[in-house]
Amino acid sequence: MAAPESTAARPGGANGREGGPVLPTGRTIELLLLVFAAVIVTGALVLVEANQEQELTPTLLYVGLAYLVVLTLAHLAVRRFAPYADPLILPSVALLNGLGLVMIHRLDLADQDRAALLGQPVPDSLVFKQILWTAVGLALFIAVLWRVSDHRTLARYGFTCGLVGLVLLALPGLLPSSISEVNGAKLWIRVGGAGIQPGEFAKILLIIFFAAFLVQKRDLFSTAGRRFLGMELPRARDLAPLLVAWGLSVGVLVVERDLGSSLLFFGILLVLLYAATERVSWMLIGLGFFVIGALIAYQLFGHVQVRVQVWLDPFSDYENRGYQIAQALFGLGTGGVGGTGLGAGRPDLVPFAESDFIWSSLGEELGLIGLASILVVYLVLITRGLRSALAVRDSFGKLLATGLSFAVALQIFVVIGGVTKLIPLTGLTLPFLSYGGSSLVANYALVAMLLRISNAARAPLTRRPAAPAVPIADAGTELVQRPAVGPTTGPLPGPTGGRP
Amino acid sequence: MNTPIRRIAIAVMALILLLLGNLTYVQVVKAGDYRDDPRNQRVLLAEYARKRGQISADGQVLAQSVETDDRLKYQRQYTDGPAYSPLTGYYSVIYSSSGIERYADPVLNGSDDRLFARRLSDLITGRDPSGGNVVLTVKPSVQERAYEEMSKKGYEGAVVALQPKTGEILAMVSTPSFDPNPLASHSSGTQQQAWKADNNADPATLPNRAIDQTFPPGSTFKLVDTAAALQNGYTPDSQLTAAPNITLTGTNTTLENYAGTQCGTGQTASLREALARSCNTAFAQLGGELGADKIRAQADAFGIGRSDLSIPMPVTASGVGDLPDTAAVQQSAIGQRDVRLTPLQNAMIVASIANGGQTMAPHLIKEVQGPNLDVIDTTEPDRLGRSMPAGVASTLTDLMLGSEARTSGGGKITGVQIASKTGTAEHGTDPKNTPPHAWYVAFAPANDPQVAVAVLVENGGDRALEATGGSVAAPIGRAVIAEALRGGQ
Repeated sequence: MAAPESTAARPGGANGREGGPVLPTGRTIELLLLVFAAVIVTGALVLVEANQEQELTPTLLYVGLAYLVVLTLAHLAVRRFAPYADPLILPSVALLNGLGLVMIHRLDLADQDRAALLGQPVPDSLVFKQILWTAVGLALFIAVLWRVSDHRTLARYGFTCGLVGLVLLALPGLLPSSISEVNGAKLWIRVGGAGIQPGEFAKILLIIFFAAFLVQKRDLFSTAGRRFLGMELPRARDLAPLLVAWGLSVGVLVVERDLGSSLLFFGILLVLLYAATERVSWMLIGLGFFVIGALIAYQLFGHVQVRVQVWLDPFSDYENRGYQIAQALFGLGTGGVGGTGLGAGRPDLVPFAESDFIWSSLGEELGLIGLASILVVYLVLITRGLRSALAVRDSFGKLLATGLSFAVALQIFVVIGGVTKLIPLTGLTLPFLSYGGSSLVANYALVAMLLRISNAARAPLTRRPAAPAVPIADAGTELVQRPAVGPTTGPLPGPTGGRP
Repeated sequence: MNTPIRRIAIAVMALILLLLGNLTYVQVVKAGDYRDDPRNQRVLLAEYARKRGQISADGQVLAQSVETDDRLKYQRQYTDGPAYSPLTGYYSVIYSSSGIERYADPVLNGSDDRLFARRLSDLITGRDPSGGNVVLTVKPSVQERAYEEMSKKGYEGAVVALQPKTGEILAMVSTPSFDPNPLASHSSGTQQQAWKADNNADPATLPNRAIDQTFPPGSTFKLVDTAAALQNGYTPDSQLTAAPNITLTGTNTTLENYAGTQCGTGQTASLREALARSCNTAFAQLGGELGADKIRAQADAFGIGRSDLSIPMPVTASGVGDLPDTAAVQQSAIGQRDVRLTPLQNAMIVASIANGGQTMAPHLIKEVQGPNLDVIDTTEPDRLGRSMPAGVASTLTDLMLGSEARTSGGGKITGVQIASKTGTAEHGTDPKNTPPHAWYVAFAPANDPQVAVAVLVENGGDRALEATGGSVAAPIGRAVIAEALRGGQ
């Protein structure tokens, strides 16, 4: 189970396992980086306030304090529950979330301006809602770290997760439009004023399910079928799960009219399948399915055709469907390389500037330099997740970490690609940056799981210091067992690490 | 399982690189196109947050931005709004801008190239960039007098006063006018209310009649005929018909003199007498004899038909219309049919005569100043072209003195010789029963012209059907001339 590369992938990692000096936990680095993130976010806020000529309001002070409290609590929770977790993941998230809050606040100011100009009542402060959602996200984050003390226990609930995930995914599609439909996509469950997008949570539950399922059935998928063009094709009957997943994606697309989620689910599944089987043929077959699905969807559904036409030439229907993307491009172009400066642009001209289009808002005011920096932060987050996947010793952990990291990667690609006219626009939010409660809360849970896996990957094989070494001559003969990772199981390794 | 994970990591990096590449394309390669797209409001909106320059004339501030405590930072204020609004225009958050506010916008908002060095130093010193100032050629006393004369009787119309030697616009009035202050309000309710009121106003208040609209010039167009005639073998003593009415060549349509009178006492009348008495039949004959080409050539020489004129506001093109046959030329020669002039164009004609046949480009901006009121650019007088030789202009001036001598109406200035021409232009579908437009074009002093004016009072002013250029428009023109000369030009 333990892949031999896992130690080689992290130089120095073997040190701790050999019972040498105590392995650095990385918590100090994490704290310093969190302070750094807080400084950047505070600086961004100061710029916004200066450029908008605002004075510090009590509400904003509370939001700022709440953000710092969230960072502190998250850090303490990691110290308590996952002391060896990767030190770069949480600061990346903190920076993204903080920049998101600043930009949402900045758009709040623009909305207030507009309302004042048009003599309308002052709109709700979105940043205040977002910080509340951040707090909820933190609660879930701590709960996951606390309750899931070993990620492998999740594998046991694989099918439960799959079932719940499916129900959550299907629910908005089955509910009447009055409850579930917002702007043409049936993604919501809205009761009263509040609403959640269950799909965001379904995404994580389904990744757990896929990972658990694939680990269980790995041999089945690896069974060779015929060879074709140098690839081993899977047997036809093994295609069934792929077909089911494909059907699921198409179902999401048809019933909920959500191009983005559909693409996301299918992409994640393909990548997990590839990681589990190491066979490129799955990817190619999957991509073939995708192309066929895309062609059929284009032929059958008006909303897909509209998306594609707007993508090809947003300016041909500038007044209507192309308006949003055209405004986003105007914003990005006006920002140029250096941006207008935080608080000095007009990102509010783009509809949904604070949620789906927060990328263009950031691009207008921070420019290409700012966007490239944020992309690098995302890249750090994703690669640290994949790094944990490489380093962790169990297959389920590997698949889960890969799935979760790739989910973030694919989601930012689909969203940013859509906003910048690289690919057709889909209605998804940017993890941690965009305004939106469900996305934020679900992604905090996602990060908690990544931290849990990275903790397992980096922790010494035992929580306690190694027992005083018994001189080898005095030691009784014992059966050397393969070590089991984690705090819950496994015999104490001997001074040699108990490695087979 | 680690090999595929590494490949996935590489694929993720490739996706991010793809995003970066596309972002570079959007924000660097295509950035200029997107930024300058006319549908992109961002650049425009950024201007509202900057301190805009002021518009002034002869030391008097006409429009300025004052700091406010609301979020738009600066509020535009206009002193004596309605009198100057045809010049300044308005500057509205919702409804864009007009007039100098619009056409000198690069200077006022600070983006003009002439302010580049200044902007650079703002950038280095971290000073808030602010706009340059525009100084108008207008004489406030003349402008206000002209506005008062027009508005006290509730006249619709326009007055333009030019300095004939330079083309400087000394006054440009359009009545009834609007107040730009409520349109610049930071309360959208006030803006919307004012905009609605201005747009529904009857007669209209928003257009600048002096440059935005054209009117039949009536008998003032006879100056064009005369200028053409004097350059084509006619002399002031050339004899023309004195008949009270004539039938247009090739038609049954008759054309008659004002009130159906004989032109003077004889069977024929000299060109001098015909102009002084403004005899329609004589000029119809003259026009017919000169022919379409010569009339049109002379009109073009005065600038009629130019569509590229800007002061810097664009001036609607004047025109003589189609002249397919002699009858059309005969009708057009008395400034009827399809001849249409802006009041500014009519002022340019007399200014050209006053300046010895040299037409100067009319302009409204005297100087461009930096934010510190230091002059960074001065408008030099620009020649548009020659309408006639100096000798002809001198003869024509002499004939116009004769016209002024026969023109009634009050306001004559003792000791000042005015050269003028009046016009009473019919218009509408029922010309005989529609109050005519009253015109008065003049310059003074005749021997050393300092001011040229065109006055238009639409629809008869307060005299209705009885109105003539002399009775309605001339007193205003003379008052404006008197005011301009009083300034000690």
